[in-house]
Amino acid sequence: MPPGITLAADTPQMSAANTGFMLICSALVMLMTPGLAFFYGGMVRVKSTLNMLMMSFISLGIVTILWVLYGFSVAFGTDHGSLFGWESDYVGLGGIGLNQLWDGYTIPVYVFAVFQLMFAIITPALISGALADRVKFTAWALFVALWATIVYFPVAHWVWGTGGWAFELGVIDFAGGTAVHINAGAAALGVILVIGKRVGFKKDPMRPHSLPLVMLGAGLLWFGWFGFNAGSWLGNDDGVGALMFLNTQIATAAAMLAWLAYEKIRHGAFTTLGAASGAVAGLVAITPSGGSCSPLGAIAIGAVAGLLCALAVGLKFKFGYDDSLDVVGVHLVGGVVGSLLVGLFATGGGQSKAQGLFYGGGLEQLGKQAAGVGAVFGYSLVASAVLAFLIDKTIGMRVDEDEEVGGIDQVQHAETAYDFSGAGGGTAPRTATAVPGPVQETAQSAAPSAQKNKKVDA
Amino acid sequence: MKLITAVVKPHRLDEIKDALQAFGVQGLTVTEASGYGRQRGHTEVYRGAEYTVDLVPKIRIEVLVEDEDAEQLIEVVVKAARTGKIGDGKVWSVPVDTAVRVRTGERGPDAL
Repeated sequence: MPPGITLAADTPQMSAANTGFMLICSALVMLMTPGLAFFYGGMVRVKSTLNMLMMSFISLGIVTILWVLYGFSVAFGTDHGSLFGWESDYVGLGGIGLNQLWDGYTIPVYVFAVFQLMFAIITPALISGALADRVKFTAWALFVALWATIVYFPVAHWVWGTGGWAFELGVIDFAGGTAVHINAGAAALGVILVIGKRVGFKKDPMRPHSLPLVMLGAGLLWFGWFGFNAGSWLGNDDGVGALMFLNTQIATAAAMLAWLAYEKIRHGAFTTLGAASGAVAGLVAITPSGGSCSPLGAIAIGAVAGLLCALAVGLKFKFGYDDSLDVVGVHLVGGVVGSLLVGLFATGGGQSKAQGLFYGGGLEQLGKQAAGVGAVFGYSLVASAVLAFLIDKTIGMRVDEDEEVGGIDQVQHAETAYDFSGAGGGTAPRTATAVPGPVQETAQSAAPSAQKNKKVDA
Repeated sequence: MKLITAVVKPHRLDEIKDALQAFGVQGLTVTEASGYGRQRGHTEVYRGAEYTVDLVPKIRIEVLVEDEDAEQLIEVVVKAARTGKIGDGKVWSVPVDTAVRVRTGERGPDAL
């Protein structure tokens, strides 16, 4: 998020180019949430695929409505105590004029609101990967609503809102390393510490059921992430958005290669899951940092993130917490890596004049970054654990053990993801008279075809 | 009659099918199966977590034949299925009381 672009003594005029670009970026970021659903959905077992897809998808519904009602106001309204915003004109997005520009920028408030909405949608969806196979859908929906309200909207204000404490302190978070990824990763950790492991964790094999789906999701995420990152400059008047776009590609490539190299050395194979995970780790790490580092810096940030995330995904087995799809290992660790490395790799020639340690800036920026990382991590971890605890004590967070083992899709969604069975469905009338043999046609044998075709044996 | 059952490597299916057709077999049933023998399974790695996959994919082929053809047919299947490497599978036969062709009601060898 850039400081407002102030053209010498002019108030900014609406830019059709920036407005069009930002609307496209908003659509790109929207696509990341279904992309994330596929990324996660392919990684679970067949019996909980739909639940995993739906945990992301539902966020598109719930958070959109909350955003219109009060979310935009809390995140980007007039500052109150550096902690949250409130602006009555933003409630219901009602008091905003068509031509009203976002303060200091060349795009309408509506465009800024819809772009930021997409961030608010994907952040709670990111958490869902840690909760695979075992959370009641109503409990999850309630969690999304409460978490967005109590955690995401205020944290977005801290980091990006005018007057937010991290923003004013000078914490650099270009597109959401703290507000989105550390926030979601810490929340995931908080929730799984409350709700516990899947039945059979560490004992039963829990292989991804569809790696092609994971790759499809990773591809959509990578594509959408250009909008997420480059769009976060809110326009293209000075080339910073282009630098961000370029660095997004570079860091992602480096992280994918680093993860694959680690895997090949450590486990003997280049895996598709490793390629997809490495790419996402790179995308996460460049999110806070891409506007302030050089292209070579992006290679370093991506490579470090890919390697550290590849190491971090093993921690859950060591410590025994069930971060099912490695939200902590990839998003928390990747977000922390990217946010802190700004303190080393900021060139001073990108989004701000702040320089990192490697460019003669000393430790000052690193200290600011650490403050932002620590505060978001601590707040999100505690608030999310408390929310999960309260929901667990009231309506219950988890499905019954039988339902979890049998498959959450059938219990919570009354559907199954795949039907490959060729059996059943034959209702064509039979030519009974053509049977010459000892088989006797009876009155009963014609009866099944008379039933309504509703029963499915799969 | 005898029921010959072969559980073999999936990629041998076409060879076996061709050999059985050449032998004069009129029909067979193929099922995708999984299992293990001395070959055991293999190891897969997902984000560093190693899983031992015990049950490997196999194809089960079932053929009904008349008693006098059984021994020869087993030889045909074994020859077509063999790669010489571990995991080639098994072939066995069991006696069958009767068989019926559903469309006509013919019984016994006539139904084959």
